[in-house]
Amino acid sequence: MIDLTIDGRKISVREGSSILDAAKSLGIFIPTLCHHPKLSSFGGCRLCIVEIKGTRNPVSSCTAPASEGMEVTTSSPQIERLRKMVLELILSDHPYDCMLCETAGACELQELAYYYDAKHTTYAGERRKYEKRDNNPFLNRDMEKCIMCGKCVKICDEVQGVGAIDFAYRGFKSKVCPQYEEDLNCEFCGQCVSVCPSGALTGRMWARKGRQRDIREVDTVCPYCGTGCNITLHIKNNEIIRVSSSPDTWNEGLLCVKGRFGYEFVNSPDRLTKPLIREGSAFREASWDEALEYTAARLLDIKNSYGSDAIGGLSSAKCTNEENYIFQKFVRAAIGTNNVDHCARLCHAPTVTALASIFGSGAMTNSIAEIENAEVIFIIGSNTKESHPVVANRMIRAFRKGAKIIVADPRRVPLARFSEIFLQQKPGTDVALLNGIAHIIVKEKLYNSEFIKEQTQGFEEWMKSVDSFNPEYTSSITGVPKEKIISAARTYGSSRKAGIFYAMGITQHTTGYDNVCAVANLALLTGNIGRPSCGINPLRGQNNVQGASDAACLPDVYPGYQSVGSPDVREKFEKKWGTPLSAEKGLTATEMMPAAIQGRLKALYIMGENPVLSGPNTGNTIKALESLDFLIVQDIFLTETAKLAHVVLPGSCFAEKDGTFTNTDRTVQLVRKAVEMPGDARDDLQIISAVSARLGYKLEYEGPEEIFREFREVWPNISGISYKRLNKKRLSWPCTSSNHPGTPFLYKQGFPKGKASFTPTAFAPPAEETDAEYPYILTTGRNLYQYHTGTMTRKSGAIESHAGRAYIELNTADAERLNIIQGETIKVSSRRGSINIEARIVDTISSGVVFVPMHYCEAIANILTLDALDSRSKIPEFKACAVMIDKYNSSPPDLI
Amino acid sequence: MINITVGMATCGVSAGAEKILDTLKGVAKGIPASDVAVAATGCIGMCYREPLVEVSDGKSTFLYADVTEEKAKKIFESHVKDKKSVDEWVIIKNHSEGPEFGYLGKQVKIVLRNCGVIDPDSLDEYLGKDGYKAIKKILAGVTPEQVVEQMIASGLRGRGGGGFSTGMKWKFASMSKGPKKYVICNADEGDPGAFMDRSVLEGDPHSVIEGMMICGYAIGASEGYIYCRAEYPMAVKRLQRSIAVLEEKGMLGDNIFGSKFSFRLKVKEGAGAFVCGEETALISSIEGKRGTPKVRPPYPAAKGLFGKPTNINNVETFANVPWIILNGPEKYAAYGTEKSKGTKVFAIAGKASKAGLVEVPMGISINEIVNEICGGIRGGKKFKGVQMGGPSGGCIPASLADTKIDYEEITKLGAIMGSGGMIVVDEDTCMVELARFFLAFTQNESCGKCTSCRIGTLRMLEILERIVAGKGTEEDIPMLQELAQYIGKASSCGLGTTAPNPVLTTLKYFKDEYLAHIRDHVCPAHSCAALVKFIINPETCTGCTLCARDCPTKAISGERKQPHVVNESLCVKCGKCFTVCNFGAIYKD
Repeated sequence: MIDLTIDGRKISVREGSSILDAAKSLGIFIPTLCHHPKLSSFGGCRLCIVEIKGTRNPVSSCTAPASEGMEVTTSSPQIERLRKMVLELILSDHPYDCMLCETAGACELQELAYYYDAKHTTYAGERRKYEKRDNNPFLNRDMEKCIMCGKCVKICDEVQGVGAIDFAYRGFKSKVCPQYEEDLNCEFCGQCVSVCPSGALTGRMWARKGRQRDIREVDTVCPYCGTGCNITLHIKNNEIIRVSSSPDTWNEGLLCVKGRFGYEFVNSPDRLTKPLIREGSAFREASWDEALEYTAARLLDIKNSYGSDAIGGLSSAKCTNEENYIFQKFVRAAIGTNNVDHCARLCHAPTVTALASIFGSGAMTNSIAEIENAEVIFIIGSNTKESHPVVANRMIRAFRKGAKIIVADPRRVPLARFSEIFLQQKPGTDVALLNGIAHIIVKEKLYNSEFIKEQTQGFEEWMKSVDSFNPEYTSSITGVPKEKIISAARTYGSSRKAGIFYAMGITQHTTGYDNVCAVANLALLTGNIGRPSCGINPLRGQNNVQGASDAACLPDVYPGYQSVGSPDVREKFEKKWGTPLSAEKGLTATEMMPAAIQGRLKALYIMGENPVLSGPNTGNTIKALESLDFLIVQDIFLTETAKLAHVVLPGSCFAEKDGTFTNTDRTVQLVRKAVEMPGDARDDLQIISAVSARLGYKLEYEGPEEIFREFREVWPNISGISYKRLNKKRLSWPCTSSNHPGTPFLYKQGFPKGKASFTPTAFAPPAEETDAEYPYILTTGRNLYQYHTGTMTRKSGAIESHAGRAYIELNTADAERLNIIQGETIKVSSRRGSINIEARIVDTISSGVVFVPMHYCEAIANILTLDALDSRSKIPEFKACAVMIDKYNSSPPDLI
Repeated sequence: MINITVGMATCGVSAGAEKILDTLKGVAKGIPASDVAVAATGCIGMCYREPLVEVSDGKSTFLYADVTEEKAKKIFESHVKDKKSVDEWVIIKNHSEGPEFGYLGKQVKIVLRNCGVIDPDSLDEYLGKDGYKAIKKILAGVTPEQVVEQMIASGLRGRGGGGFSTGMKWKFASMSKGPKKYVICNADEGDPGAFMDRSVLEGDPHSVIEGMMICGYAIGASEGYIYCRAEYPMAVKRLQRSIAVLEEKGMLGDNIFGSKFSFRLKVKEGAGAFVCGEETALISSIEGKRGTPKVRPPYPAAKGLFGKPTNINNVETFANVPWIILNGPEKYAAYGTEKSKGTKVFAIAGKASKAGLVEVPMGISINEIVNEICGGIRGGKKFKGVQMGGPSGGCIPASLADTKIDYEEITKLGAIMGSGGMIVVDEDTCMVELARFFLAFTQNESCGKCTSCRIGTLRMLEILERIVAGKGTEEDIPMLQELAQYIGKASSCGLGTTAPNPVLTTLKYFKDEYLAHIRDHVCPAHSCAALVKFIINPETCTGCTLCARDCPTKAISGERKQPHVVNESLCVKCGKCFTVCNFGAIYKD
């Protein structure tokens, strides 16, 4: 500790603290414009200057380290005069248009000018004038207002890892700009906007929507990926006009392009505002009474004619825990079947099944915040920088702190830039790669014997299963050079603070279950579980996919993963819900489609899902949905799936209701209503209750909080969580009592089911391999800008204008061989169908592999994919199928 | 055997020395090399008389000045063939007499010991002048600690201008722990009018390299960078050649001279930013980043290049090192004043009669340099002052020119020792314009980080521009004074804190000139175009029409053989008429 005196007051601070930090901890105000606590110190604005006894010139307190015995004066006539001069110099080179400025009222410069009575005329002189305007769709860059604080430059580089902007030129002509002063073309996360202290950087879509007056701010949770970033909605006249995030949120104010700029869908004129009933090939608007009566009558009819199991429900990972809880309760109690599932089937079904069987619970073992202290980060099958951008921010921070990153992926994903080792594997070779890594760890005895002995079983037997995966063999399957496999094994195997992060690249395979087991084996082998900053970390794709699973929109469990096959459990729920329940496991989402085609499933109630785009083998999905006697779709837009429905019920979006979301690291967070629903759209809870009541089962609750109370009564893991507590602090389950602090990482006390088992896994190739006719492996996924089936993002103008076109990525060499040029429309076909799509020639993908994002209805990737399922988790193989590529000649069959 | 050497530093080359060298080589063709050798050397020092050719017959040396191709042939014919020197062109004989000997008389050459003497591209010639004996000596049994002690004892202070004890700097770097350390030579000489480092690198690159090797040994570094501005192509080329030769001979690389000491050197060319002369900005630049000063502490000795302990000195400092090691620190410290030891190289530019490179012992006065060594002011004009230390330095008036060359003494006057640029100004130099010139330079070269430097220096510049344009007001003076004072206090790096110095010193010593511009709309030096009128004296004008014919704007009219007149509304104050008039009939008012 270091003792110093500031303004006559003594204080002890940690070594390495700046004078500014020390003054802050004494509550002394020092003005700053270029300082940001999470960024490296800059010392450019010169406002934070202080006097130190014994030094000739004042020093900037943000950069000067506190040292022993130092005597600091933070305010004196000279210092205040210098500060005023600095402000007046800035103002002398600043447009005097606060009347028109987007940031007025929230501008740090304006506030300090007011405080110091600084005038723009004192040092009047030449002002920077820039003719050029940046035409990117997201950010306004009015660089005449830039005060050169450099925070945007640093956050872009240090935190976002992009470095899209930097200082250019010298002297008065210095400016911040992208390379060659081109238009900005970056990730458009807007972190730069969030730290800009003046009006230089603003959201383009904010313009003239409102400033500080009559604005309501509502804190809630981002509706996109599973990261669960906290956001603040700025509301004026029932319209979201801006999204921000406070620096004191858990995500430290960081957001991605979707979270910050993808909010326009809420206010889209395309929102569903009235119930629709199909009449022939068209829809007509209907009253709620009519729509609900009709829905209930058709469901009752089918239930009476074919039995409860002829009806199924697909719930939504976009909806709240409460809505999901009610939805599955409706299906189980009111309809009387376990045929309820949701899109987790298409993403982390293998995670839930495999990890639950190994450890007793299937979720991210460690929290996102812990990532930054990891030594080794092993990312496999996750394009984290695009799919979970704010998780990637933590990884980059860990990298800055010295962590080593290993990335395994068929594509050179953006985070590979920060990797020490990049393993560009062939799609569908994960078991081989992971076993190959395990082989080296075993061979070189890098494993954690103590952990293996105390907390695992089956090690000896499992060890034999990796025996054959020597580097040569592994390399021959995966296409990864053996040196890299060895080096990855040594890096991961030697660390006891190493976390594995994975996503769809692991799960969306017919070997998805085995892939997850192979991941778990590595963690068990090295004992990288049960402690901070390590673990097995499935990154979940949807804002509330964890919650929808917890709430049991799954065909085999009641809320809290309690098996429907257990008579005791069933009895408990029958008692709680006051009605007999089915003992039969229900159909998974991927089993419902063939069941519909076979005529076993007659009716389907889909809430907030779009399987036409998201399900495998689109042709088959459409056929299945068209085979149904009755299809109900409850959504906020007329999706491709809704277009096939018999009745469409207009629901509500995240901003229009209260409830909770559970993010990928098991953290439950409050979602707060910010705006009213459009037209006659209704709260989803109300809609389900109304249908249920008409079916004779009452689901009556005062509101979401009461539902949450029921949920926590039936699942001990969240019994300590309440709305009251969540209002103050987010909580990660398990949280088992009202004073339990929540659990950032699991298994501190060992595994709940005792010793965890090693699971031998054998390599099996993808269900469909390439051949002479279909010589390319297609892999699918997401891009940074669009989200899933595009229901929301494609209704957000800026995103759509920037990333509104479907494309296929193919390797330069393949393009040359096929005589395809950049931007050309080509025809991609599989055994199931074909699409016409724009070619994007890249070097980030291996020759022989192509990639199509799943977002675009104009070129549906899933027309090509196959519906082969993993036998245990029933997940389809989205990540590998065989395709052929032709020059474009004719249109593919119109499927919709 | 006759040796002919041609001064082939940038000063010589720009005066045409390449042709002279070619001519001499041409005429020497056919004559056995054992009889006549024609070679290049570095800067001989008297840049004002370039091209310079020295002829030595083993007994006597003759320095010929202002050599042309014709003269070169004649010198060869007469001096080489007929063994008769062409005395009328000889300016110094035997380094001890001749019309220009005064220029050398008071100089002491330590840094410049080999400049203009040896062929800079010849390792053998450097070896012949005790080259690499110093490094050999320490590798043979002097400990790093002893080397540091010797440097401290010598009293050598950083010749880049900082004036920090070189020995202490080495000591800090040697005390920093770590397996990897760096030595950097700052050869980013950027002050307008300064060319000391360039001359040393062009004339004696090995002395700098040897100095760096000794430093590497002393602090425990095995790698060095010479950061040389790209505007010095000849220096870069000579350094690169020298390094290549040393590598080939095993004198750079692993286990030098069979010792455990290994050292490698790289030349990194700067991209033209003045601020990269600031050590932390220079380090950023080598690292591939924008050349912007970093915050100190940590100092480079603790955390420098690529985050590793680094010692950085400038060219002149390193060039002193081998001499100190060989001759002993006491001998070095025998020169100079109590706190400023040894010698200092100055690049004399501006209005001095003899502009060039001089190396003088510390403690000599400015007057001695300007009036005795450099022969006073050209054309008998009145000596007004010197600008020392470039844009960061200050102006010292002639009235204080008896001040001794000493770090502390110079600083007391508001100027700085600087790296050695000394611009001599006379009565025709406007001091406001001088301040404006330097401020325009720093404003352009500010890295743009600190508000006070980025915007503040522009606001000062705008005021100075107003004053030299005759549009200044009385309020401008206090505003200028206030800005200058505050900018110096509020800025972060050396560039910003010293940028106001030229303004502060001219305001201090030449305030009357500022006031004359403002109050009387007069430039006392008759130099500021906006305030000067060109007038033709009808009494002395002969009507020769020369001025009228040369005037670019046709502002002068008059009948042949009748007095001419200047039409002020057309005159752009270019001064051409003033220069061409053969009768002194045009004067400035």
